[in-house]
Amino acid sequence: MNAPLPNNLAKMQAAPLLRVDNVTKWYGQILGCRDVSFEMRPGEVLGIVGESGSGKTTLLNCISGRLAPTSGSVEFDTARFGLTDVYALNEPDRRRMQREEWGFVHQNPRDGLRMRASGGANVAEPLMNLGGRHYGKMRQATVEWLERVELDTRRIDDKPRRFSGGMQQRIQVARNLIHGPRLVFMDEPTGGLDVSVQARLLDLLRELVRDLGLAVIVVTHDMAVARLMADRLMVMKGGEVVETGLTDQVLDDPQHPYSQLLVSSVLQI
Amino acid sequence: MSSLPLIVVDDLAKTFVLHNAEAAAIPVFSGLRLEVRPGECVVLAGESGVGKSTLMRAIYGNYLPSAGGVRVLHDGEYVDITRAAPHQVIDVRRRTLGYVSQFLRVIPRISTLQLVTEPLLENGVDPAEAQERAERLLTSLRLPRAHWDLPPATFSGGEQQRVNIARSFIRNYPVLLLDEPTASLDAENRAIVVNLIREALAGGAAMIGIFHDHDVRDAVATRLFSVTDFKAAA
Amino acid sequence: MSPASNTPERYYNYAYLDEQTKRMIRRAILKALAIPGYQAPFGSREMPVPYGWGTGGIQLTAAIIGPDDVYKCIDQGADDTTNAVSIRRFFAQVADVAVTEDTAEATIIQTRHRIPEQPLKAGQVLVFQVPQPEPLRGLEPRETETRAMHAYEEYGLQYVSLYESVATYGRIASTVGYPTMVDERYLMSPSPIPKFDNPKLDDNEAILLFGAGREKRIYAVPPHTRVRSLDFEDYPFETQTWEEDCALCGARDSYLDEVVLDDAGERMFVCSDSHFCAERRAQGHVGRMADHQLAATPEKEPAQ
Repeated sequence: MNAPLPNNLAKMQAAPLLRVDNVTKWYGQILGCRDVSFEMRPGEVLGIVGESGSGKTTLLNCISGRLAPTSGSVEFDTARFGLTDVYALNEPDRRRMQREEWGFVHQNPRDGLRMRASGGANVAEPLMNLGGRHYGKMRQATVEWLERVELDTRRIDDKPRRFSGGMQQRIQVARNLIHGPRLVFMDEPTGGLDVSVQARLLDLLRELVRDLGLAVIVVTHDMAVARLMADRLMVMKGGEVVETGLTDQVLDDPQHPYSQLLVSSVLQI
Repeated sequence: MSSLPLIVVDDLAKTFVLHNAEAAAIPVFSGLRLEVRPGECVVLAGESGVGKSTLMRAIYGNYLPSAGGVRVLHDGEYVDITRAAPHQVIDVRRRTLGYVSQFLRVIPRISTLQLVTEPLLENGVDPAEAQERAERLLTSLRLPRAHWDLPPATFSGGEQQRVNIARSFIRNYPVLLLDEPTASLDAENRAIVVNLIREALAGGAAMIGIFHDHDVRDAVATRLFSVTDFKAAA
Repeated sequence: MSPASNTPERYYNYAYLDEQTKRMIRRAILKALAIPGYQAPFGSREMPVPYGWGTGGIQLTAAIIGPDDVYKCIDQGADDTTNAVSIRRFFAQVADVAVTEDTAEATIIQTRHRIPEQPLKAGQVLVFQVPQPEPLRGLEPRETETRAMHAYEEYGLQYVSLYESVATYGRIASTVGYPTMVDERYLMSPSPIPKFDNPKLDDNEAILLFGAGREKRIYAVPPHTRVRSLDFEDYPFETQTWEEDCALCGARDSYLDEVVLDDAGERMFVCSDSHFCAERRAQGHVGRMADHQLAATPEKEPAQ
């Protein structure tokens, strides 16, 4: 038996959940993102901020196994193989890992939900994908998750299009958390929603992330979302990371000219 | 061990560079050195604008210094806040380094009680116990019980400040940074906060504070530290 | 008989399709048999009937039929419906085969929507007409995605439809085209047969071939293959049952069609498998309305 680790810090340092190394993506002659490297630890929330076209969505797609980078590697601490290059896995193993260990919350719920299936079935599907074959138990779990994301459980069998945008986003959140993922990607999760709806969803996400100890990578152009959710930030411009740091440090004392511009552009109410 | 300083500020310098104002450089301080030991409450002195808050924020890791370092004793080892990885800074802030600002950063929809228990829950304290401790502290700070289940967004400045104080004092941080914690409090509440500070100091906490109220300053300061002495040349 | 059957007087090549097409289809059949439940693509041809009338089944039959075969064709279990009669005549003409209504006597049985009640034997081939071969299509419109799901055995989605069914009706309400798992590997649509017939797919002695002409897919279940109907642990698979017996032959264990008799709502239940029912009556079984006009033996087709 090894001596117990001196503290949580050492444990956290020892085990990166995700290791991104020099990820570069070219679309022909056009740069998506260049030389991005970082590590994530369990329970960390990383915000990627930048304006449209800064490469943050390209980066998110690269690190979530959805878009192979031109060069560089993305390693994830998989349950079955340990720390493994996501793109070195064969397709069925990669899909299985994405299904079992990750979640992906899209900006537009239409991209993340099955619009032909009911809200409840959308939430229960990940359980069925993981081999759930007991209807009653899955139904119960679905009801619990709908309560958790503050949806009316009487509407469990309604189709997604009968819910408002904010509610659809809650269904998507529940669908991406019910199977207990270790890493969740979020692409502008509150984009496209009314401001008041946005604030409530943001609170909910913040609570869930804390309660579940999730690792989250959230892409946003909204500094308020970044401040409320992220532990640390990466600021992107023109496909490159121009600044990284603790969220409040980057927002309160930005160093790079672009970060300063980004932060000073936020309207104060 | 207890004689080791809990905070060591080494040759700290801070210059703001405003890139969007023709890269104007605003020097604040340089070569700043400071050590704070357990039981000490160092009160920062100097006229307004000299950089007292900037120093506090640099120690908390909120501002990035231009040179030098800030070491905080965390789990028996010094962690340089200015160079540590974000997750290390977060861990130091969660368990060692508390900060009471003048203003409460209100999070919509989160009730006062939740806000105050949060630091305990983050450190794995049993929810029932956390609740009890939070209620005791809010009671001693004389925050009306009717307010406890409300988000503090609509509270008066003094009430918000007391929520803020409760949030920081509920957990016995070994190191506390106090940025005008009594600014909007009446005399009675100030006295309560002074008592909280004294109790924490007696318990071995190290503190750095900014107090414009001389009565409070005299009541808690173990020594004064002049930030003006390190004013950087413009 | 075989060489002579392609005499110069024929309007078409033997069994209607050209030899190259038949070879192509046979290769697809062999592939389908080798990978039970897998949807093998094939180059579906234009047929003299509209898509949706069973062009997949007709092409399968044309590819495997020989002059020595005895051919039976049923639609909804009945030998005497327009479609069944037309297709049977078609093969009698283009393939010079004997035709029959007797399930036991037939070597090739082409069917839409039913499996005969009488158990099939080794040496028989049951050819299904399939409108939509992809069981996952209802919830996943992308072919690329459903192919990947089959390739990687990602079948959670099929349970989504069962889940919806239980959520809506309190039971798995789908009664036709009930999804099956072949040899614990490939998810398969059994074609729109009633789920009453699903157990007959399991461990069948005959070769089961499925053809989807419009969708250009062939799949198969070789003899003695395990075919399991999907279900939940707490909502197990069940077949339909009826409170009535067949009004003509009194059968209690066959699939019954409801026949409305008049505007007053008078109705009767009769076996959907017309040959099965007729045979029972010939053996002396009598139902509640055995003397009804429906019991009259249809006129035999004139020999071709």
